[in-house]
Parts: sequence; C-alpha cells; structure tokens
Amino acid sequence: MDRAIAIDVSRLCKSYENHKAVDDISFQVYSGEIFGLLGPNGAGKSTTLRTLITLLHPTSGSAAVFGHDTVREADLVRTLIGYVPQERAIDRFLTGREHLELLGALYHLTKEEAVKRIDELLTLVELNAHADRPAKTYSGGMKRKLDIACGLLPNPKILFLDEPTLGLDVQSRLRIWEYVRMLKARGLTVVMTTNYLDEADQLCDRLAIIDGGKIKTLGSPAELKIALGGDIVSLTLKETDRTAGLEAALKHQPAITSVRTTDKGLDIRVESPEKALPAILESANRLGCSIEFIQYNRPRLDDVFIAHTGRAITESVPQAEST
Amino acid sequence: MEHYRQEIGALTMRWVKRLSREKFSMLFTLVQPMLFWLIFFGNLFQRAADTQVTQAPNYISFLAAGVVVMTVLNNGLAGGVDLLFDKENGFLERLMSTPIHRSSVILSRFLFVMTITSLQVLVILGVAFLFDVHPATGLLGVATILLIGMMFGVGLTAISMAMAFSVKSHGDFFSVLGFLSLPMIFLSSALVPLAAMPGWMSFLAKFNPMTWAIDAVRPLILSGWSEALPHVGMVVVVMLVFDALCLYGGAKAFRRAMG
Repeated sequence: MDRAIAIDVSRLCKSYENHKAVDDISFQVYSGEIFGLLGPNGAGKSTTLRTLITLLHPTSGSAAVFGHDTVREADLVRTLIGYVPQERAIDRFLTGREHLELLGALYHLTKEEAVKRIDELLTLVELNAHADRPAKTYSGGMKRKLDIACGLLPNPKILFLDEPTLGLDVQSRLRIWEYVRMLKARGLTVVMTTNYLDEADQLCDRLAIIDGGKIKTLGSPAELKIALGGDIVSLTLKETDRTAGLEAALKHQPAITSVRTTDKGLDIRVESPEKALPAILESANRLGCSIEFIQYNRPRLDDVFIAHTGRAITESVPQAEST
Repeated sequence: MEHYRQEIGALTMRWVKRLSREKFSMLFTLVQPMLFWLIFFGNLFQRAADTQVTQAPNYISFLAAGVVVMTVLNNGLAGGVDLLFDKENGFLERLMSTPIHRSSVILSRFLFVMTITSLQVLVILGVAFLFDVHPATGLLGVATILLIGMMFGVGLTAISMAMAFSVKSHGDFFSVLGFLSLPMIFLSSALVPLAAMPGWMSFLAKFNPMTWAIDAVRPLILSGWSEALPHVGMVVVVMLVFDALCLYGGAKAFRRAMG
C-alpha cells in the first residue's frame, strides 16, 4: 500500500561529547498513523523526538516533516507540529486559559481565532470548568490534559507526545489513550515516545524499538510478535511414551510451524491458534494420547523487547541519557 | 514585524501576570531589601562616616547612588532565574517549539527586568527624597540615572541568562549568584569612595563596571550637570563595552543550549 509519508528520518546521528545518543537511525512515519518510539530511559528516543520538533540539530543525517527539513526549514516545520513535553511544562501561576492564550499569540492567531479555538480545546479535554483557575491547583491528570490542549492549539498536522502517561494514575492513563485514539480518528498523525510496553501495544499502529541509540526492530505490534515465531501451544501429556508419535503426526499440519518435545509433553508453535487447536486435539484423540493440560501463550511485546535488546525494559541502561 | 511584536507582548505579559499572582512577592519586589541599606545602613553610619572622606553633606546622600546601582546589580543578576525554572520544567522547550523568533523569549525578559528595575530605582530615589536627598540635576538627572541603570542592567541580565542556560542545576546558579553579589558591592564605590579604600581594593574596584556606574550616578544626585557630565560620558562608553561582552557571551550560551 502506498501511503503518504509524514516524517522521513534518514541516517540520523546525534552525538554529545563522548557518547552517541542517536546512532545512524532511519525510519518513516506514515500520515495518519500512531507511531511509537519504545525504549528504556537513555535509549535515544527523546533525542530523536527533540530533533524532529526542531529543538536539536542532528550531528549528521537529516529529518524531514512533510518534506520540510527540520534544520533548514525549522520555522515552517514548527507551524505544522504540536508538542506535548515529557515534563509537566506548566506555569503554575497562569490559569489554563492563559496558557492557551499565550500559545495562541506565539502561533500568531488573531484574537477571534484564538478565543474560538481555545473554547473548542477546553471542551475537548473537559477543562472548561477549571479554565480560569491557576494551574497550581490542577491534579496531575488535569495538567496532562492542559498539556495536550497546548499541543493541539496550533491545529497541528502531527502531534508529538513525549511519555504522555508517565506517572499518571490508571484512570487518567486510559483517558489520555482515548484522546490519542480520537485524534487519530480525526486524521492527525501522532508520534509518541513511551517506555510502557502495554501503552505501545494498545495504542501504536507501528513502533520502533530503540536501544543504545539504534533501532532494533520496527513494525506493527502484531508483526513484531509474529516475527518471534507466533503463538505457542504447550501440551502436558498424561503418558509421555506416545509423545514421539504425536510429534510426528503434528509436524506436517498446515497451521503448525514447529514442534518440540519437552520433558512433560510438547511445545507447538502455531501460525493461528484457531486452526491449529482442533488439529492438535484431533491428532491426540486419534493416537489415544490423553492430554492433562493445555497452555496457550501469545508472545507479548515484552518478549519482543527482550528478544531484540537482550533484557527487559525495566532493567537499567548502562549509559545515562543527556538531554 | 507584526508577529514579533505579538510574541514579545504576550511573553512579557506572562512575566507581569506571574508577578501579579504572587502578592507577597510583588510587595517585596517593590519594597525590597535594598531599601534597608539606604534606611538603616545610611542612618547607622551617619556619624561614623567622615563627610571629609565622602565629600557629601551626609552619609545617606552619599549612599543613595550606591543603593540605586546595587538594586540594578541584584535585579540583573537574578534576571535569568525565571528562565532557569522554565528550562528545568520544560516550559522553555514548549515555547521554543512554536514558530517564534528565537530572541523573543529573551527580549521579553530584558523588557520585564528593566521595567521592574526602573520602578525600584524610582522607589529608592523617592525614599531618599524623604530623607532630604534631592537630586541636584532634577528630573532630567533622574531620567539619566534610569538610563545608566538600564545600560548596566542589560549586561547583568545577559550574564544571568547565560548562566541560566549553562548551569546543570539551579543549586549551582544560586551558589554563583550568592558568591558574586557581595564582592561586587564591596569592591565598588558603593559604600566608600575609591580614594578612601585600601590600595589593593581601590585597584580592583576600578575594574568593576559598577564603580563607573556609581561614579556617574553620584554627582547626578549630589553635585550637578557640570560635574556629572564627564562621568556620564565615561560610563556610557564603559557600559557599551560591558554590554557588548555580556550579550556576546549570553548569545553564545543561548545558542549552545538551544542548538
């Protein structure tokens, strides 16, 4: 399928004095998708994001937003994007409305335009009732909502979210996810960084796993999981003497990729469990194997992450991230 | 140009709004500690200070010029603090990701700091007036004092912003700030004229731009135009050099932090 390209990153490198924060990465983001940069702290995802929003200049390589270079055409790029920073970038003395008014002036909206858009946004993020209270009285979730409203104020074609749900309670997280899905439905392209695997799994159409400044793998969550070899059905058999026979019978079934003997029974990798399970049960029946226990494991994004980086996402990275 | 004005206007109003939200802070911004120097130190040393040495009718009238410039010093050196906090909580990044002219944020800060400083200088001159210190050069002299204050303040604010953009943590910023301000005051003609200082101190004080500012403000308050003009001419030259150096350093730090 030929899709419009919203972001084109080509051989991007960003080095600081003695380490490479981003080391020769290339990827494209399609228009209208939710694209995730997933990785532990210090992996280089924030550096990549900051380059895309024109705040950092690449050491080498380039990044383009809708065909416009983020360095040479920075001003133009800035009019196309909205940014929701990682920190709660809130001025605690200003009210929610004043935040949006300030940004309205910085995006050079006229007063009428600004008033109209601010009203729409406050309604969208359900902050109408609190719009005229200083932001220091806001809860964490409300601040995040204001953050998102600020990011949407320029009516951007692409919204960048840096760790959108970091430190939020479960309810607020689900609410933010809802907003992001709604924005996608409106045709917005969303690029987000996260170090929550479930967030990437739930939200992203495609994602890149970044570690040590390099992209380890890239694809949709489903593709990445399938690339690991598909789902696993584990059988525990009552008598293990017929295991070899069952293994031979299953090996050439269409929906089954591989069969491996374990000490209790069999581990069967399957392409689609819907087709494989009846075949497995039928074969077991025919050969008179009685099954004690069936376990069915779908690989999680955690498994993908571990497979590509050699460790779990919660384990710390040797190098600390600078900016 | 229209856009530039809109940006700077909105960003400057943000600083004003912030100040007006903090009622206490606003009160103490206008009635600031520098007044204590004038009122208490000025009166305390009334008899201890030798009028032969100070060449002024009384110590408080001698000290007024010093307190005016000390106010400029403190405001200028603290001028970058809010940008430091903006940098730390990500607000600056949010501002810089908008299509504004790169200098707008900084210019708005200069505008705000200079305005507040001028107001404070006026309060100090007003209080001095109550203690019978009447500027010899009149309103035009007061305007000249404000101008000198602003020229000095621009350089100081630039230093402060450069530090705000360069330091790793705000702890560092405040340590340097606390370390800088007192020697700047003691090694200047704020409290004692250069002639009455130990040789090594007066030698160092000559390299302090603050001395030049005070030596121009003082005759504007005490003597009159004929005595003040050469000093005013001199301080304008010194401040142009000082500002150029500070702005160059500030611009460099800003570009490093933002690029």
